[in-house]
Amino acid sequence: MERPLTQHIRPHAEPLSLAEYEKAGGYRSLRKAFALTPQDIVAMVTASNLRGRGGAGFPTGMKWGLVPAVGSVPQPRYFIVNADEMEPGAFKDRLLLEGDPNQIIEGIIVSAYAVQTEKAFIFLRREYSLAGKRLNKAIAGAYEKNYLGPNILGSGFNLDIRIHSSAGRYICGEETALINALEGKRAVPRAKPPFPLACGLWGRPTIVNNVETVANIHHIVNNGPEWFKALGVGRESGTKIYGVSGRVKSPGAWELPMGTTIGELIEDHGGGMQNGYALRGMVPGGASTDFLLPKHLATPMDFDSVAKAGSRMGTGTVTVLDDRTCPVGFVHNIELFFARESCGWCTPCREGLPWIVKILHAIENGRGEQEDLSILEQQCRFLGPGNTFCAFAPGAVEPLQSVLKYFREDFERHIREKKCPWRTS
Amino acid sequence: MLTEEEIKEITTELVHAERKEAASIEALMVVQKRRGWVSDESIRDIASLLDVTPDELDGVATFFNHIYRKPVGRHVIALCDSMVCWSLGYDPLLDLLRKKLGVGFGETTQDNRFTLLPAACLGACDRAPAMLVDEELHGPVTPEMVDGILQKYK
Ligand SMILES: Cc1cc2nc3c(=O)[nH]c(=O)nc-3n(C[C@H](O)[C@H](O)[C@H](O)COP(=O)(O)O)c2cc1C
Ligand code: SF4
Repeated sequence: MERPLTQHIRPHAEPLSLAEYEKAGGYRSLRKAFALTPQDIVAMVTASNLRGRGGAGFPTGMKWGLVPAVGSVPQPRYFIVNADEMEPGAFKDRLLLEGDPNQIIEGIIVSAYAVQTEKAFIFLRREYSLAGKRLNKAIAGAYEKNYLGPNILGSGFNLDIRIHSSAGRYICGEETALINALEGKRAVPRAKPPFPLACGLWGRPTIVNNVETVANIHHIVNNGPEWFKALGVGRESGTKIYGVSGRVKSPGAWELPMGTTIGELIEDHGGGMQNGYALRGMVPGGASTDFLLPKHLATPMDFDSVAKAGSRMGTGTVTVLDDRTCPVGFVHNIELFFARESCGWCTPCREGLPWIVKILHAIENGRGEQEDLSILEQQCRFLGPGNTFCAFAPGAVEPLQSVLKYFREDFERHIREKKCPWRTS
Repeated sequence: MLTEEEIKEITTELVHAERKEAASIEALMVVQKRRGWVSDESIRDIASLLDVTPDELDGVATFFNHIYRKPVGRHVIALCDSMVCWSLGYDPLLDLLRKKLGVGFGETTQDNRFTLLPAACLGACDRAPAMLVDEELHGPVTPEMVDGILQKYK
């Protein structure tokens, strides 16, 4: 099985140096890319059916094709790599950033050439300081070899990369909030339209892509779209960095064919549940995705299949809920995160999330009332799609609406027995 | 007043910034790196260097988790309190840290050695429960390991 993204990554080992990376075939794609037109590369990426790995699964080639033509909007253009990864349960970009930083830089160069930008930013969460050190080293090496800087390898294409170390807030991962953060402002989202593709950083066309998305680009250029499509086992293309965490025997992140089932992830790769624990459910793609149940284990982890099962693939990192953890406590913890990280810009999210937390806390501590369940359901609607300024709030209530549906009896028991049945004291 | 060194380092950041304001976070971090935190006076000084109002800059400073508007200890412990760490042993770790340090979240020990802060998911869910001390990630952390970890930071 081919693992293009992690072929050079060894657990607990230093990443390949630039020289080792080159010897293993790294940076081959640049000459190939420069022999093509940027439009050729966009067409290849479109043909590959690569879908963005940042959570929403937007087709990357299509996104790149939507950048307004030079001359119709102010220039220059900017390219931003989203390495914010703050969603609870997500730890896949860290693997790529720490494990093979040279690959990320190569991916950025080819992507930036394809969308014709001369300035790229890596928006990196500050806690990923090891990744930051390694990326800085990879960037310095690339400048020395003229893979970065002016007139790269005589192609006439120029590119500079800068790392912005984020001062930290989950909302910075939302692309328009990220752009505000890069401009030195409070990281509240912006109204759309205009979309960043036309009017982003400093009012210029700005393309934002996830780390894992970018890491695929030079492989597509090297091996072609058909090769990329064949990597997936279902209808969707490529490999995917999946992860499993929670009470499994061997939590971790692995590169597997797109479309690997949730059951295979938990059983074959995560080693199954720890002894004495049974699986009750899982959030398939981070804390902002709807819960699924053991009956969904045969669902392939691709964007469309997980959507059909009633959730989202999101980041592709599965977190299991075991039978000895209280679902009310679990979702209370999730909502506490969202309440704290809400940027506060719009009312339903700013006011609704603390209310949700208060109710969940009361139920968890034996002070819940039957009526609370309807209030929670109502809040899920108020914070749902279309009612808030950005996608943060709809994501925040996804786990709640599904936990209310699937684990309703657990809520009712808390209310009836006036205590949390999982607590011994 | 900002030191000459601080002004020099902020000015270097300004070279890369399309507009002065774009260097806000970098500038705040330049000061925080040296002084441990960002005081009202520093906000005013940095604001005038970046041509923004002190209120605008304070709005930025107070928005982000890693900019400290209060003094912190020599080391900052950021304990991950999100979903995975929570379900794999966050509560006992927090109790233990509270007892050992004698402080709660947002507080600094008497000897100024540690500040304890909650952290949003550290992206180390395969190593839960996890905590960050300064820039160093620890995980999975069991209660038995806590003494050994704390001892590393003087
Ligand atoms: C609240 C919120 C947080 C987000 N966090 C991230 C993140 O940490 N990393 C990421 O790549 N995308 C994140 N996204 C999605 C980005 O807005 C954007 O869609 C993505 O970076 C585009 O990259 P892609 O097309 O390559 O997937 C987030 C979105 C929302 C609404
Ligand atoms: S939904 Fe929440 S995070 Fe998004 S703009 Fe409104 S308050 Fe901010």
